[in-house]
Amino acid sequence: MIAFTLNGQPVACDAPATERLSETLRERLGLKGTKVGCDAGDCGACTVLIDGASVCACLTAAAQAEGRRVETVEAQTPTLTRLRAAFLRHGAAQCGICTPGMLMAAAELLARSATPSPHEVETALAGVLCRCTGYRKIIAAVCDAGQGDGGQGEAGQGDALAHDGSAIGQRLARLDGAAKVAGDSFGADEAPAGALVIMAIRSPHAHAAFSIGEMAEFASTPGVVAIFTAADIPGRNAFSAIPAFADQPAIASSPARFRGECVALVAFEPDATPDIASFPIRWTQLPALTTPEQAEAAGAPLIHANRPGNLLVEGRVRKGDAAGALASSAHVVAGTMQTGFVEHAYIEPEAGAAWMDADTLVIRACTQAPAMDRDDTAAILGLPLARVRIIASAVGGGFGSKLDVSLQPLLGLVTLKTGRPSRMVYSRQESMTSTTKRHPAEMQGRIGCDAQGRITGMEFEGRFNTGAYSSFGPTVAIRVPVHVSGPYRTPNIIAKARAVHTHGPVSGAFRGFGVPQGALWQETLYDLLADKAGIDRLEFRILNAFRDGDASATGQVLQATGIGPCLEALRPHWARALREASHDRHLRRGVGVASCWYGCGNTGLPNPSTIRIGITPRGEVVLHQGATDIGQGSNTVIPQIAAEALGLPVTEFRLIGPDTTLTPDAGKTSASRQTYVSGRAAQAAGAALRRMILRLANAGEGATLALDGTVLTIRDAAILRHLDLAALPPDARGYALSAEETYDPPTTGLDADGQGKPYALYGYGAQMVELEVDTALGTVRLLKFTAAHDLGRAINPTLAEGQIEGGIAQGIGMALMEEYLPGRTENLHDYLIPTFGDVPPVESLLIEVPDPEGPYGAKGLGEHVLIPTAPAILNAIRHATGAEITRVPALPHRVLAALPQQVLAALKGAP
Amino acid sequence: MRDYLRAETLSETVAHLALGGWRILAGGTDLYPGAGSRLIGPVLDLTSVAGLRVIGGDPDLLIGAASTWTDISQAILPQSLRALQQAARQVGGRQIQNTGTIGGNLCNASPAADGVPPLLALDAEVELVGAKGTRRMALSAFLIGPRRTALQPSEVLSAVIIPQAALSGRSAFVKLGARTHLVISIVMVAVRVVLDGDRLREVAIAVGSCSGTARRLTQVEAAMAGVPLRQIAQVVRREDVAAALAPIDDMRASADYRITAATELVARAFAEAAA
Repeated sequence: MIAFTLNGQPVACDAPATERLSETLRERLGLKGTKVGCDAGDCGACTVLIDGASVCACLTAAAQAEGRRVETVEAQTPTLTRLRAAFLRHGAAQCGICTPGMLMAAAELLARSATPSPHEVETALAGVLCRCTGYRKIIAAVCDAGQGDGGQGEAGQGDALAHDGSAIGQRLARLDGAAKVAGDSFGADEAPAGALVIMAIRSPHAHAAFSIGEMAEFASTPGVVAIFTAADIPGRNAFSAIPAFADQPAIASSPARFRGECVALVAFEPDATPDIASFPIRWTQLPALTTPEQAEAAGAPLIHANRPGNLLVEGRVRKGDAAGALASSAHVVAGTMQTGFVEHAYIEPEAGAAWMDADTLVIRACTQAPAMDRDDTAAILGLPLARVRIIASAVGGGFGSKLDVSLQPLLGLVTLKTGRPSRMVYSRQESMTSTTKRHPAEMQGRIGCDAQGRITGMEFEGRFNTGAYSSFGPTVAIRVPVHVSGPYRTPNIIAKARAVHTHGPVSGAFRGFGVPQGALWQETLYDLLADKAGIDRLEFRILNAFRDGDASATGQVLQATGIGPCLEALRPHWARALREASHDRHLRRGVGVASCWYGCGNTGLPNPSTIRIGITPRGEVVLHQGATDIGQGSNTVIPQIAAEALGLPVTEFRLIGPDTTLTPDAGKTSASRQTYVSGRAAQAAGAALRRMILRLANAGEGATLALDGTVLTIRDAAILRHLDLAALPPDARGYALSAEETYDPPTTGLDADGQGKPYALYGYGAQMVELEVDTALGTVRLLKFTAAHDLGRAINPTLAEGQIEGGIAQGIGMALMEEYLPGRTENLHDYLIPTFGDVPPVESLLIEVPDPEGPYGAKGLGEHVLIPTAPAILNAIRHATGAEITRVPALPHRVLAALPQQVLAALKGAP
Repeated sequence: MRDYLRAETLSETVAHLALGGWRILAGGTDLYPGAGSRLIGPVLDLTSVAGLRVIGGDPDLLIGAASTWTDISQAILPQSLRALQQAARQVGGRQIQNTGTIGGNLCNASPAADGVPPLLALDAEVELVGAKGTRRMALSAFLIGPRRTALQPSEVLSAVIIPQAALSGRSAFVKLGARTHLVISIVMVAVRVVLDGDRLREVAIAVGSCSGTARRLTQVEAAMAGVPLRQIAQVVRREDVAAALAPIDDMRASADYRITAATELVARAFAEAAA
């Protein structure tokens, strides 16, 4: 028996002595607020206090808590109360998975330093990783909670954008925030009683044949309930993000096509020690195609028999005569750019549970796309859609990788076959090896301009390593050519991108669908071109920026083009930064800029969202909000839009969903589409409900609504009406009044030359970075970002800034440190993501060029914010030193190797 | 045999170790990450052993093996241990520093162990206690190679000892990685100097992450004795640094880069220590 004090109360439990304290707290004592992100002390999500000192509960033996005082995020202390309030006020919690760890580390800090400086906060909290926020708002929140003044400046930023009396433009704290700062309920946090524990057998090789031996002995191991292989899949054992490409098995039959692929499942009794080391499987390693070059070589074996040349898809955009234009251009630059696999590295590994509800299979798991999960899981298990219900847990970060199904069909299979509830929690290594990555890219081409610096033409060819299965590879191959001009007038262009299969990890969706890779190529080349033309790099971009009425590379005539205003907003900052960019011995300062544009929603394909709003007979406003909030804020932004359209305060709304039974399909949280597409649906539903009410009251458009108990009051200049909701006959949905509306962006498919109107609206942005390169070591220290983003209308400026800061943090990682190497960086200490000290202050300039197609003019923002960051950094490195980096990450040894001789010579001469 | 035992004295620890089969647990910061989903015993927990967190002594300075990095960074110590204290503040995050121990860091014997270069620059010794008695050996002899030490299964590392002669002078620790915090270093350097006016009298240099175990740069040290402070950068020669190390190419950096960076960081560490 282990006895200790837990949050002020004595507890005792009979955990094994060396059980991780995190497991004891979560599984034996039922406190699920302590999160597990890595089980290795790398992420700090499981931080608790023991006798006031922060520790990783995953590295602490349960027995080491004996007789001591343990505090978790469930503790109610004055310090935690202040911290929680400050986190909500500042938007310091996005997805919420790291929040308990952050809060506990901050509580330790405030106990020894009541009013910490930002630097003290950074150092004290550095043991906790966050993938969403970019850390700056956390620093501000902790300073604020300590009543220091470190966070005040940032907290007040952008208040001028608030629109009085309207839900739109309000810096509303997240509506789901209280749960985030209390320890929200993620995929691993809800398990039905008696749930079987599922473990997957995974391929240790990139390409290997396997045979499963006699299973009787293993099956008789105490605690083993059942074993499943591909042969047990009752339906179609193939899925893909895009149904037409369905190729990925939920459980593979031989051969396995990538390291980490699932080949069998074992279901254990809940109280068993799940050990799969002795699972009877024999592997025969096969030659692996690890690069697209190998996969495209003449005679290379086919990874999928129906895809000649191992080519998944080639996307293409052609307009005008690029070769001719380049031949007659005053200036032409050519260049290459290479990127590697990038891991999403959300702090929540995939997790979920399944159970039967009569005939219906219910799966509750982390996801970005509940309806797609339902469709894929039903197909794999051979069930009609009506028998599968997907409930989205809170999602601890997604960034694209939780769009594809992962463990949903595995949970479903076990529960369906055994009739028992089941649960599955990926280890960090499983999460990293088995789920999708950002596509590695090899890109090359030329860009030209005339003597005045106007872009004349572009040739681009990109090859993208799409890994073993399709996932979102087709989307990447199509999106890149559409966007690779950048937000600049390019009258002549030929752009091609191939998604090529290898035996690598599956490359899929990751914040930007290949556009960030393309931007690295094009934006670094534009800097070279501006220099060649003798034009300031920012002015070169302003000169070429799309303006209303310009046609894009796909021939689409653009409206509400915000790139010019974004770049122009940077002018004073640019001038200041250039003045301040000096060199001091080995430290050289530089300034870089890069732009982005990004079409919101699916590319030329239907992409509807449906939102339902009802008012119950008891006077409760219910929003069926099926747009999964993975931290970006749809649980707040969609209600703000709905409230504005309906005309009732957002505080009256209760949210339901996402849940495929309770919420209509609001599509996937992807392609920066929720604020725009689901927002338009919410606006339409709110407006429809409002029309219904006004009609009942015979009131005019400008009437105000008020809800008091079951009475809805409608007032305008002429009338005052009281509507007793309880007296209305319930409608078909059980509401006194309700409306449901669908919005689908008006787009057209692309023709063979990639011409068409692929997106109904685009968002724009430009980021500027100031940095310092240590020319003796090749290290880069970031000093400041200034980020101007046109989001049409800032529905919630605090959340918008949170997106910008978080996107920049991921862009920093891509530029300077992140590369996933199968077999070598399958954890969060070898795979480096930015820590507290790696994200400098960010000044966000929210630019509002309303798009008539967006709700209240709003555009998407979530992916845009990552696109310019990495190229801006490379451009600033070149500005500082002359080093032309053509491969990311720009690790110190690569930067040092790229330094021009004169910089190194100057160093030797330095005192 | 029990699965778990929390020893309270060193003699109790040694008596159990003599029976064999134990894995030693202190802060758990290396043991748990290597354990897979469950840490399977038998595990002998040192965190309650009396006296194992003591820092002090005279004339030699003794640091109990179960001293945490936070214990070390918060202790009042001579200037010559500043490098060790700087390293202590850069081992993982605060959570790791609160539990990870100096003894565990040495026994884990990672090529990138943060504690090793500062201790090598202090001519540190380790005290190993077993059933047959206590032995002391130089840390440089204790660390045999990556993940290999001279510790016998029946022994426990009880203390790190800094000889009196190494308690003089000033020191500095510099660590280089691709991010700011939670760094597994590409290169790290510790130097200790004793000044004679504006000249170097005694010099100790140790470099980590550039060979199977961290190494002293004895050739460079010899070249630096008597050198005026302002000439340090010229005296630290790349070829001497390269001769002392055996770096590898890996995903963090190339071998060639490690030599360049080590050379630069040695000069910077000197500048910092002497400042």
